[in-house]
Amino acid sequence: MFDPKKSTPKIDHEEKCSGQAKYVSDIYFDNMLFAKTVRSSIVKGKILDIFVPELPEDYYIVDHRDVVKENYVKMVFKDWPVFTVDTVNYIGEPIMLVVGPDKQVIDEIISQIKITYQDEEPIFDLVKSVAHKSFTKGNFKEASEKAVRSIKETFQTGYQEQAYIEPQGMLAYLEEEGKITLIGSMQCPYYIKNAVINTLGYPEDKVRVIQPAVGGAFGGKEEFPSTIACQLATAVVKIKRPIKMIFEREEDMLVTTKRHPSTITLEAKIDENNKVIGLKANVGLDAGAYIGLSAVVLSRAMLAVTDAYTIANLDVSGDVFITNTVPTGAFRGFGSPQMIFAIEMFMNHLAKDLGVDPYTFRLSHLVKQGDLTSTSGIFRDPILMKDMITKAAEISDYHHKTQEYAKPNVYKGIGMSWFLHGCGFTGDGESTHIKSRVRLVKDEKDVVYLYIVAVDMGQGARTALKRVVAMALDIPNEQVVFDYPDTDEAPDSGPTVASRTMMIVGHLLTKAAQKLKANWKKGQHQEVIEQYQQPDYINWDESKLQGDAYPAYSWGVNVVEVEISPVTYEVQLVGIWSVYDVGKTIDERMVIGQADGGITQGIAYGYLENMRHEKGKLRQKNLTDYIIPTSMDMPPMETILMDNPFLYGPYGAKGVGELTFVGGAPAVALAIENAIKRKVNRIPATPEYIMELINNE
Amino acid sequence: MNKIQFNLNGQDVTVELDPSLRLLDVLRDYFHLTGTKEGCGEGECGACSVLINGRVVNSCCFPLANANGKKILTIEGLATTKRYQILKDAFHIEGGSQCGICTPGMIMAAESLLSMNPHPSDEEIRIGLSGNLCRCTGYNMIIKSVKKAAELGEGLW
Repeated sequence: MFDPKKSTPKIDHEEKCSGQAKYVSDIYFDNMLFAKTVRSSIVKGKILDIFVPELPEDYYIVDHRDVVKENYVKMVFKDWPVFTVDTVNYIGEPIMLVVGPDKQVIDEIISQIKITYQDEEPIFDLVKSVAHKSFTKGNFKEASEKAVRSIKETFQTGYQEQAYIEPQGMLAYLEEEGKITLIGSMQCPYYIKNAVINTLGYPEDKVRVIQPAVGGAFGGKEEFPSTIACQLATAVVKIKRPIKMIFEREEDMLVTTKRHPSTITLEAKIDENNKVIGLKANVGLDAGAYIGLSAVVLSRAMLAVTDAYTIANLDVSGDVFITNTVPTGAFRGFGSPQMIFAIEMFMNHLAKDLGVDPYTFRLSHLVKQGDLTSTSGIFRDPILMKDMITKAAEISDYHHKTQEYAKPNVYKGIGMSWFLHGCGFTGDGESTHIKSRVRLVKDEKDVVYLYIVAVDMGQGARTALKRVVAMALDIPNEQVVFDYPDTDEAPDSGPTVASRTMMIVGHLLTKAAQKLKANWKKGQHQEVIEQYQQPDYINWDESKLQGDAYPAYSWGVNVVEVEISPVTYEVQLVGIWSVYDVGKTIDERMVIGQADGGITQGIAYGYLENMRHEKGKLRQKNLTDYIIPTSMDMPPMETILMDNPFLYGPYGAKGVGELTFVGGAPAVALAIENAIKRKVNRIPATPEYIMELINNE
Repeated sequence: MNKIQFNLNGQDVTVELDPSLRLLDVLRDYFHLTGTKEGCGEGECGACSVLINGRVVNSCCFPLANANGKKILTIEGLATTKRYQILKDAFHIEGGSQCGICTPGMIMAAESLLSMNPHPSDEEIRIGLSGNLCRCTGYNMIIKSVKKAAELGEGLW
């Protein structure tokens, strides 16, 4: 009998340690050319003239005139051009590619290209809304009338850069006349396939996408690689040679999508028993120059409004704003980290304003099984939060430390965040948009092959999903094969996003495996295809944002302890403790790996990672000035995993990847509050901001 | 162009290339040793770590000219050794590798550390690996991996 919790060797461990794993930049073709992008140097304006020097033999320019069919990158809206035609909307917007055999010559050509612009007035403030959403719960107006107190605060969050260590890159070539293949660093092979089909106007069987080893993604390789793919496909169709485009770090940081900066205003209506009976919330997201996935990110931010609390009456609204800055997009948590930060800080601030103990105040609002969600769906499954909070407090000595550190002139602090994360696509997205399919093939030697496009970007999807199939078939791991995804072999099992891979794709695979097992014919070729079916209980109205927004929720508690220098206000992390409910743990070591890495990014989002633009120009453009944690910054961590199996997850598993991120920022910000005895309303809480809080009182 | 001679993974080699080329590009493009990765190109991330005369160096900031007469070890060279086997096993046991793009560099840095200090404390490991960025793990499982390697490889370093 298999124990799902047991860890197995990662199937790519050897090749990754020895350097033999092939990432896109490690792949070379004979006769291959390189491409580099010529980009806008101004924030907003019209292109009046482009001077291109005479090109040496074998060098090419590729721009909007070469686009075969549609000059937009297929995502949700049709607003993001493959190459701009005559206007530019942000610094770094792609205008053309220069393609040729020698990278140095390409750089020389680019240095001689002269573009004349006519500047136009840019927008940087959140004033131009391109998507507005709202929903309500209960009756906020009535709650407002009943309330005896009303408290309102605004919270701000900054950019965050994914900073995967492998920069973005893609390689494309013609397999035969009229069929193009793309190999690249990506999370969503079918997003790329569909985007390239759209821009080239090719039939489905003439575009093939292959995923090699991917060196980290964190959302940054969800939609952005589609833009590179469309540009490169256009170039390959024109030049008919293999072409590779690998971003340098600076280019990657300046032009790829990042986490949305946000402004969130929360207004609580409180009754005479210190109960929050109403909450009004407004979220503004800075989408940058194009909408991309921002409207979807906005939904997740809004839906997370009540976090792990139950509040009976809600009035929630939000907007996506266009500005003349680099487009923002997917990043682990997808809108929810901004809101969880805001509401966690707010609940603590409310308690302080009301003169009550924050822990008790928060507990009195904690969500219970059977409560209504923010969108009036139902929390159907058991919720272990109370037990988890107690455990987290115990292992971190939270209560004692909170008291000690609250004393004056103690520059130490401890903070605790409570949070949930909806697993899978929002609402009926899985059944209406994604429609996942998985394919299992058994050959005559009874070896079973997984054909899915779940991308292993480090989280261990290949190892874990292979294992799930082996367990369901009750055969040894070695009898199951899961190679790198290739859209010519694998049906669309959906994008590798939204904490859906194990819960949704893993569940489909177990169902497929069970069918194969029931009908197992030794020595025969067999094939099973399984398609996603929405559980009957899900009722979702996308137009009103009402009902069950997610099939399941994962839950978490983070505690972070800090020490702050009274001289420099630098924050040193002292300890990190976490308790998670991810349903059932599959491969404990891998889940701990996600937990450690997720909270590291989440905490860094809260206190360390600082990126700003000045009139549309990003001030941080490499790993020298955009600081991410090093081994010296991280303290030891302790993590407890609960057991709370979910009916529709494989062996009871729910989502892991994003959950481990979302609680980091509020936990560290609350720890900083505890240490400096001032309210933190903005992240990252840099030494400069901490100094401002201390001095401006 | 001048001839530049050095020892690469145990073999004496001579190249006639632009001496201002980055060692990283020479290793990857000329010798096809792609285990050495480029993460930032400015000496911050350590994905391009190689050993030069036994000490860890960022090959993206090392001009080819300076390689003359040196002993250069890349992950491909280290991978043939017993020490590598121990490091690889330890990284497996403790879960020290996720996406893998930093892993060869981490292992080179660990080799450099252990060769100077076969029994490092946690703090010494943190310092020894502080030039190598990892965005996946939060480092603790890497620290444990190096500690485990020191234990499993007793006497090798």
